[in-house]
Amino acid sequence: MRGYAGKFLEVDLSSGDVKEVRFPEEVLRDYIGGRGLAAKVLWDRLGDHWEEIDPLGEENMLTVFAGPLTGYFPGGRVCISGKSPQSNGITGSTMGGEFGVELRCAGYDGLIITGRAERPVYLLITDEGCEIRDASHLWGLGSIELLKRLNREVREELEHRHPRRREWREPAVIHIGPAGEKLIRVAAVVGKYSHAGGYGGYGAVMGSKNLKAIAVKGTGPLPEPAHPERVYELIDRVCQLCFASDMLRRWGTGYLGYEVGYSLSSEPVRNWQEEWHDRREYGVDRFERRLWVKRYWADFGCPTSCLKLATIRVGPYKGAITDNPDYELQAYLGTNLGIFDPEANAYLSALVDELGFCGIQTGNLLGFTAELYQRGIITEEDLGFKLEWGDADAFAKLLHLILSREGIGDILAEGTYRAALKISEMKGVDALRYAVVAKGIGIGAHGIRSGRDYPAIHSYCCSVQGGDHTSIAYTPINELRSELTTILHDSGVYCMFNIYPPGVLDLLWDFFTAVRGWKLDPEEWYSTQARRIIHIQRAALLLGGPDVRWRPWIDDVNPPRFYEPLPTGPWRGKAPEKGEVEEAVKRYYNEIGWDERGIPKSEELRRLGLESVDRKLEEIR
Amino acid sequence: MSVEGPIWIMRDYAKCSGCRRCEIACSLHHEGRIWPEASRIRVFMLVPGLEVPHLCAQCDNPACVEACPVGAISIDEKLKRVVVDKDKCTGCGACVDACPGRVPHIHPTENYALICDLCDGDPQCVKVCQEGRWNCLYVVRRDPSVSYDLYAKRPEEVTRELAILLLGEKGEEVI
Repeated sequence: MRGYAGKFLEVDLSSGDVKEVRFPEEVLRDYIGGRGLAAKVLWDRLGDHWEEIDPLGEENMLTVFAGPLTGYFPGGRVCISGKSPQSNGITGSTMGGEFGVELRCAGYDGLIITGRAERPVYLLITDEGCEIRDASHLWGLGSIELLKRLNREVREELEHRHPRRREWREPAVIHIGPAGEKLIRVAAVVGKYSHAGGYGGYGAVMGSKNLKAIAVKGTGPLPEPAHPERVYELIDRVCQLCFASDMLRRWGTGYLGYEVGYSLSSEPVRNWQEEWHDRREYGVDRFERRLWVKRYWADFGCPTSCLKLATIRVGPYKGAITDNPDYELQAYLGTNLGIFDPEANAYLSALVDELGFCGIQTGNLLGFTAELYQRGIITEEDLGFKLEWGDADAFAKLLHLILSREGIGDILAEGTYRAALKISEMKGVDALRYAVVAKGIGIGAHGIRSGRDYPAIHSYCCSVQGGDHTSIAYTPINELRSELTTILHDSGVYCMFNIYPPGVLDLLWDFFTAVRGWKLDPEEWYSTQARRIIHIQRAALLLGGPDVRWRPWIDDVNPPRFYEPLPTGPWRGKAPEKGEVEEAVKRYYNEIGWDERGIPKSEELRRLGLESVDRKLEEIR
Repeated sequence: MSVEGPIWIMRDYAKCSGCRRCEIACSLHHEGRIWPEASRIRVFMLVPGLEVPHLCAQCDNPACVEACPVGAISIDEKLKRVVVDKDKCTGCGACVDACPGRVPHIHPTENYALICDLCDGDPQCVKVCQEGRWNCLYVVRRDPSVSYDLYAKRPEEVTRELAILLLGEKGEEVI
């Protein structure tokens, strides 16, 4: 078997047992790694009683998987999964960085973490295996202090154990902040300051396991590919194609801010009450001049460097360190909160990173809360302070209120969807009207109403990852932006941004074949392998539980806000018709092999050898 | 890049993207594998965003040469580079301890020290850094009036300087 380390580590935090596990070759061939393999492992182990498993309970698992292309395809990432405390389904949440590469250099393709530690712990993974170490001195720390201490501690430890090697480098670290520790459902798994696996809420899963951080340092080479010379040639070709494409390199995703807001009119403004703005002073060039201190910042092997190191050196928000901010955070912690000031936006972005919140999910939640305040549903009395649009200090206070889990903070800590249910009950209003979520997951900052942005009108309704803007349902299902294509990236585990330059996608299939030796055929991918993965994810999503379950068909809808006509901008008055969305949803079901209620069809599942999924789904058919 | 006479690899830390393509190129050239820990140039990321490519400073008076108890390290006068004799080297680490920047490191699986050999005058790390237009690494002609010894600094020292340069006062807190 080539391209894989071949071994996975399974760590039971309840008993402290650590063992190595291997998967049969055909499992790796079909489910690849990352998101695909996570879906397979989660289903095999928990599928038969999925609806009973509390995502924040001891029985849930956290998977941290690299993929066979991690370290080879330019732009290293790692994929976090488990039963999601946001959707109660399975989300493959990837984040950039060196973690996946280090893991593979240590001899492992991934980690399966089960149980729950009695006291706060972190994992230290090296060539020699995995050690569960005390983290009580690290509990409560934010990102900056945590990385500072952990890097120092691990380097000293490694130098002590292996004095011969001298001068160890820092380990790659993923961790949680106070948000994950407090089991806040919009907590992310974070790393490298502004890197986060946010969708799904796995920061809270780590917190529920008392797992503060995972540090890994490997000293071996990447697992040998099947056709090394071909792989090295492909790396070079992908890099050349990326070099020829300048937009992300020059501006990062931040260039989208003004563009999406002004031209496409699909950027959330004040909790999506509008999707258009004309605030030229909030353009990425202002971020560049006022905040950037490094033009090119990248993760392993990346030719694009869409990250831009940014900091605030003077004024009330002095000391904030962030990336750019990127488009999603410019939107969600900016325009969505009525903030059009780069410094205020960078301040909030740095704050969510420091505390371990997911910027997207949290920006969605803060905007939702501010709209309830605007409408008098939540009052100054509830909060203890005023919450006006554009007031970054008030939003920072709200973050701390959520973190304290006191009063209304405790309700909001459950995330937008669950908070909306609770507040509706408490206040006797329909707060769900203002919740811009799909399957409990806040929708990424690309709206559908203007019809000009990349998602289609049914993209969020049918996605197995709810509001995840990187994983959208799309017809035809074999298109670049389709969820089935994202599954490939999230399973090979590399950065999908480096797929965008023209020509790269054509090399991708070859890339997989060159690394693994098994031929990966696009037709087979879209008709069988990707289908298995998406059906498992869909089954888990529909089974849901224990607190929330999605009704087939009925819950495959856009949030109410997306049916309100756009009030401003070049596409004022535009919104999709419910009937046209319903038709698109039905067409999608049909194309992907789900029945008229969106349940994967029995014959389709049997064709793919997913009998256990088929049997389990009988319960909801 | 064609430069007359002995070369030196100039490093502008503030421009390092942290992409590690230099490590990929170095380990492919020397080991035939992608092997970050066997790369002669290693990017330290003690603080995210403040990546520091760490490689031999090719000192005028290299402490490593004198420190080697078995005479495995010498100076190649033609290229003005430090050369490790793999067969003589025992991997004892005396060179690492002697180097003010603790630049050399021991091969992860073999018993010898890894020190940049300038790829015989055509450094692969520089090639990929230039190709990416990051300009963090570039080749200059070795200049007798420059003190290269001052580049032999520990990663912590360089990171601290970089932190203050890029992040201002906050830089004092991050490392």
